[in-house]
Amino acid sequence: MVDLLLQASLVLLMLSIAGCMYRLLKGPSVSDRIAALDTIGILLLSMIAVFGMLQGTTVYFDIILVIGIVSFIGTTAFARYIERGAVMEDE
Amino acid sequence: MNEALAIGSAVIVLFGSVLSLFSAFGLIRLPDVYLRSHAATKSATLGVLFILTGAFLYYTFVHDVVSVKLLLGIVFVFLTGPVAGHLNARAAYRTGVRLWERSTRDDLKEALQQERAQAKKQAEIRDKLR
Repeated sequence: MVDLLLQASLVLLMLSIAGCMYRLLKGPSVSDRIAALDTIGILLLSMIAVFGMLQGTTVYFDIILVIGIVSFIGTTAFARYIERGAVMEDE
Repeated sequence: MNEALAIGSAVIVLFGSVLSLFSAFGLIRLPDVYLRSHAATKSATLGVLFILTGAFLYYTFVHDVVSVKLLLGIVFVFLTGPVAGHLNARAAYRTGVRLWERSTRDDLKEALQQERAQAKKQAEIRDKLR
């Protein structure tokens, strides 16, 4: 029963990632693509959490944290890049 | 008893994935980047919070593991999701991405024009002093 519920949520998450991929490929502006990429990162994180629950291990928690941090930093860097034309500015 | 708790956490996880599916649907269907960022930021973050909370409860009840890392992940996603969405929408507006043509109100336009005019004036003064 639990396994069935978890597999169903994996399928739903996969469908959402597919929807975000559509927006990532099509998106008219760069910001659309960035938003889709950020959402894909967050969904990937939750997919890994569900996958870990299915396998019954605790080793994936580090991956969850790292993907969360890297996805946020990536979004921030992209947003700064399209706003000012540089990721880091030297004052 | 343990089985019921496990099923309860799995149902929470399933609810979170349904929310994520709604956010993907909004990301596809909504008309412009600002409306889409609502779907991408709010409901996706809530879905992930539900999934991670379900995972936390599952590990607590079934495996007797209270994972601080997972709690840290929940707090981190909760804090950074809206910030990333705001940064992205701000960058979109300042690089001139158009609003949906049926949007009726744009409060930021005047404020941004004033700010740009002021910055221009200050740059002129600086050039004169040089």
